[in-house]
Amino acid sequence: MSSFSQTNMPQQTGKPFIASLFIGLKQLKHLHISTFFIALLFATPLLSIAVEALAPNSETFAHIKQTVLADYIVNTCILALGVSALVICIGVPLAWLIAVCDFRFKRFFQWALVLPLAMPAYIVAYTYTDLLDYAGPIQVALRDWFGWQSASDYYFFDIRSLTGAIIVLALVLYPYVYLMVRAGFLEQQANLTHVARTLGYSPLRSFFKISIPVARNAIIASTALVLMESIADFATVKYFAVSTLTTAVYDTWLSYYDLAAAAKLSLIMVLGIFVLLYLERIQNGQKQTHNDAKLSAQKLTYQLTKKQSILAIGYCCLILTISFIIPLYILSDYAIDYFSQAWNADLFEITLNSLIIAGLSAAIAIVAALTLNFSLRVKPIKLHKTSLKLASSGYAIPGTVMAIGVLIPLAFLDNQINALADSLSLSPPGLVLSGSFIAIVLAHSIRFIAIANKGIEASYAKISPSLDMVAKSMGQPNRKVFSKVHLPLIRKSVLVAGLLIFVESMKELPAALLLRPFDFQTLPTHVFQYASTEQLEIAALGAIIIVIVGLVPLIIINRSIEQH
Amino acid sequence: MSVLSVNNLSVSYHDKQIISGLNLQVQHGEIVALFGASGGGKSTILKAIAGLLDQVSGEIHIGDKLVLSNNINIAAEHRHTGLIFQDYALFPHLTVAENVAFGLHQLSRQQQQQKVTEMLTLIKMQEYAQHYPHQLSGGQQQRIAIVRALACEPTILLFDEAFSNIDPQLRFELITDIRNLLKAQKISALFVTHNQDEAFAFCDRIAVINQGRIEQVDTPEQLFSAPKTRYIAEFLGEGLWLQSQIQSNTLLQTPFGEATYSGSQNLAEYVGESAMIYLRPHQFTLTHDPHSQLQVHNERFIGECYESVFQWQQQSIKVKSAESFLHQTVKVEINAKISKVFI
Amino acid sequence: MKLFSFILLTILSLPSFAKDDTVNIYSFRQAFLIEPILQQFTEQTGIKTKVVFAEKGLIERIKREGRYSPADVVLTSNFSKLLQLTDENLTQAFNDAAVNANIPAHFRDDNGHWVALTKRIRNIYAAKDRVAAPFELNYEDLAQAKFKGKICTRSGKHPYNLGLVASMIAHHGQAETKAWLLAVKNNLARKPQGNDRAQVKAISEGLCDVSLGNSYYFGKMLTDPAQKAWADAVHIVYPNQQNRGAHVNVSGAAIAKHAPNKQNAIKLIAFLASEQAQQAYSLLNFEYPVNPQVKPAPMVASWGEFKEDTLPLTQVAKNRPAALKLIDEVKFDL
Repeated sequence: MSSFSQTNMPQQTGKPFIASLFIGLKQLKHLHISTFFIALLFATPLLSIAVEALAPNSETFAHIKQTVLADYIVNTCILALGVSALVICIGVPLAWLIAVCDFRFKRFFQWALVLPLAMPAYIVAYTYTDLLDYAGPIQVALRDWFGWQSASDYYFFDIRSLTGAIIVLALVLYPYVYLMVRAGFLEQQANLTHVARTLGYSPLRSFFKISIPVARNAIIASTALVLMESIADFATVKYFAVSTLTTAVYDTWLSYYDLAAAAKLSLIMVLGIFVLLYLERIQNGQKQTHNDAKLSAQKLTYQLTKKQSILAIGYCCLILTISFIIPLYILSDYAIDYFSQAWNADLFEITLNSLIIAGLSAAIAIVAALTLNFSLRVKPIKLHKTSLKLASSGYAIPGTVMAIGVLIPLAFLDNQINALADSLSLSPPGLVLSGSFIAIVLAHSIRFIAIANKGIEASYAKISPSLDMVAKSMGQPNRKVFSKVHLPLIRKSVLVAGLLIFVESMKELPAALLLRPFDFQTLPTHVFQYASTEQLEIAALGAIIIVIVGLVPLIIINRSIEQH
Repeated sequence: MSVLSVNNLSVSYHDKQIISGLNLQVQHGEIVALFGASGGGKSTILKAIAGLLDQVSGEIHIGDKLVLSNNINIAAEHRHTGLIFQDYALFPHLTVAENVAFGLHQLSRQQQQQKVTEMLTLIKMQEYAQHYPHQLSGGQQQRIAIVRALACEPTILLFDEAFSNIDPQLRFELITDIRNLLKAQKISALFVTHNQDEAFAFCDRIAVINQGRIEQVDTPEQLFSAPKTRYIAEFLGEGLWLQSQIQSNTLLQTPFGEATYSGSQNLAEYVGESAMIYLRPHQFTLTHDPHSQLQVHNERFIGECYESVFQWQQQSIKVKSAESFLHQTVKVEINAKISKVFI
Repeated sequence: MKLFSFILLTILSLPSFAKDDTVNIYSFRQAFLIEPILQQFTEQTGIKTKVVFAEKGLIERIKREGRYSPADVVLTSNFSKLLQLTDENLTQAFNDAAVNANIPAHFRDDNGHWVALTKRIRNIYAAKDRVAAPFELNYEDLAQAKFKGKICTRSGKHPYNLGLVASMIAHHGQAETKAWLLAVKNNLARKPQGNDRAQVKAISEGLCDVSLGNSYYFGKMLTDPAQKAWADAVHIVYPNQQNRGAHVNVSGAAIAKHAPNKQNAIKLIAFLASEQAQQAYSLLNFEYPVNPQVKPAPMVASWGEFKEDTLPLTQVAKNRPAALKLIDEVKFDL
């Protein structure tokens, strides 16, 4: 136990923060124990849900299976595949344009295209519903123009549909693909494309035959993140009245009062995702698509002609406008009109709450991810590999289910602490863990640690093992190898992962909604409480703050990728 | 007949002129090196020929096809060149067979297979067809990269520092193999390198490039013995500049005694004038001489001979000799005919 | 180990939730809806209120928090949640003379575990210009062919709709209710979505002619400048006036089983049952008071007198599971 606490507490000042966190890793044994405990901590929600699922079978599950489950599964598959396909269609061409082509305003688009990531999907859903529904400006204008009287006179795209949900989710999630695939393209050797060109392939065909297959890992990794995110989404599909497996989980739990059946459904979802990722790995077993990036620092560059530039700029503008500018415009419009109603001193405190939660979640997730990855590096045994996998499981769990998964063990722990206090005839302290914002922080870091694990794993893979051997042969202990060799080399991806988790955590609603202490608001809960009563105009200011707070980290992330 | 003809080629990159007014010919079946210091724009020329650069002007013919002129700039995929890189540039996601078949998409599946087998047989690597690139050694990868280019029957092969990643022990074996292969198939090639040994081993003629211009194109022997410019003379190996006086059409007076001139230039009209000659370490002979002022103060055994160093007029002079002269005073003589003087 | 003990000691020395001057509220209703009433309570009694609002999972939280839960009072927005709380043994009985005097017995639990605080009617909203004889509508009529493509509603599984369907089962039996549900589903103008206000908005936009919605939303919309136009387009209809009367649901309160401030909790509930709070509920939230001494606020009264369905709420609650299953069986939301 003591080693576990030590590794998580900075003990010496004057050392780099993260390095000092690892001061406890004096011996491999401690590292071993820390890894085990961290993996355990991060897998707790999944484990508690698994324990819940063990409860005896009720008829609820059978009933749902008989009636609506098939529809839910079909909807979930269509949603997940639709969003994945769409983010690839949007993100990969953008990544290629920015990484490889030269055209005017490229430098602007290069960072601007990341911004939609700061938009919570449910807020984009609200704004587009406002814009596109019957009373929205577009339909009103169309009716005025064509003289239509009512909704039955014409067909108009219904945003509150499965298609609408796919589009909205893709619009806010494509930056994952854009960022990761762009980095992949930047690392790619220009020579591969040059050879393909001399072998008779046009730039476009080389793109499909060479650039895309070689960037396959980045495409798959980023799409997997998007896939998990879209499967776990609840707010957007709920608002659009699309029933998915997440809906089923909530239904069984909240309407049928059957947490066990809900836990079973969640487990099925998580297992499904694991199987998917595993199949991909097997299929990819033999091929090795990353190659030594060190040899060729050369970058592929296509100077676009005027015509091509216009097309490229047009495409970038289109995506940026519909994914970011329009929602932001609608929000700003409301925020300005309703400023006096929306602004109050609380909003400052609420923002501060969100910042603290997001910052702590990111820090905890990063420290944990570093420990897990480092132990796997030092000792690539099965236990560490499994630890890493297990600790990444949170991403696929829908937010509210995650919240329950965190609540169960924390409340249990709280009860033990209070019972202890009682037995020592102290006054019981109450629910210090489950009833405080610690629970929210924990839920967020567990849910998003997968982002850090993926990024750090990938950048560890790029560090030659000989560096470790060299450092070790010079008599450096493991913790020195970590702080002097690894950390400087993976610094960038640690930063990127930390910032991404920060941004995600700023947007995350369900855990805060369920786990917050008394009179405690975060920006998303604040936005949600108004938006859910059809008062988007008052929610808009809070939504804009979420977006603005997210912009700064995103711009830093973008910059660090460009300097690759 | 020339297979490649480059006339007045200029290349800019980010609006900065890198190559200007370059001329170069490669004859049918000939292997030509583009030889120069690192960073001298050699690779740029190669890419311009392959059609991979945008800001180029001038005229390029590949075979009998005009691929670049004022109003023509044929895309890389229609130029029928084959590129071979230092890092092999094998497609990591494709097997060896798929790599070799990559450029054969217009052929039927059966024809492709036949061609792949034919190509792999050329380099005796049939059994590696289903391997992935990362499972091969560097030399094997480069062989595959070369037959991948050959499979498309290119008009000319373009090698970009293609052998510098190969282990030195195996490098010249590979170079000989590839040279024999190209000669047997009568394939023309342009080889960019900064390594003199590779250029000499691989090529029929060598074009020495300096600051974006070609200074001389000649056989290795000619370049070595009769460099046209001082730059080339120095670039092809370390040596010593000596001021000497032209005595007659065949005799030069140097600080180390007389030397015979056997070059093609008629020196009759320069008699009495002074000229610079460039001498390499093996062109001197040392003999022990107790009365000499010159003393060998440093020496290194390099296998087939010793390399002795002594000071002369503030210059270090290196001489290769069969025996050791360390700490001895020596007399220096010139043992070779001079084929080039710089007047 | 030293560090661990230090943390433990720090935790143990933290202030406890049991305080004389506060009452902790777990609320299924948006905090800002009850805020003004809670303020009046604090002004009157000096007891501070602390609120945590969550629509989903709040019961699970109380359950898991167990005997150290800080929750004193649980406020719910419908009857089935009250019943779930007592069924799961998360509440405790209380007996307060003031509460008993203010709230009729049939709005209180026989065992004293909960009280209802306000009544809300499941209304039909009908387009003013497109529905003939709107005030004669019955819930049963929504199955009629003339409403094909003209009905809007929120999710069938929402507690408000579940309560209505459960009452249909109590009156007509499962088979008939299933047929009714299927027919209503086939009459829907669009997939069930949004909340009750969104349905009225849809009527005002001509997407549909009738919708289901709770009564107080009418008042909410009429007093919101942005939403008044929606409400102006519809009649608020109290269904089944010629027969059993309109379906009623209640919001209510219970005291958590392990409430650390039970006395304050009782004070709060007594206040919520008092004339002052009941009036405020009606005035601010447009609900019907359960306290018979309190008349509905003028706006609420202006929607007219109506007949209530007298079916006991326990009957509704009993049929809730069956209602839920029927809704999935007819795939009402899909």
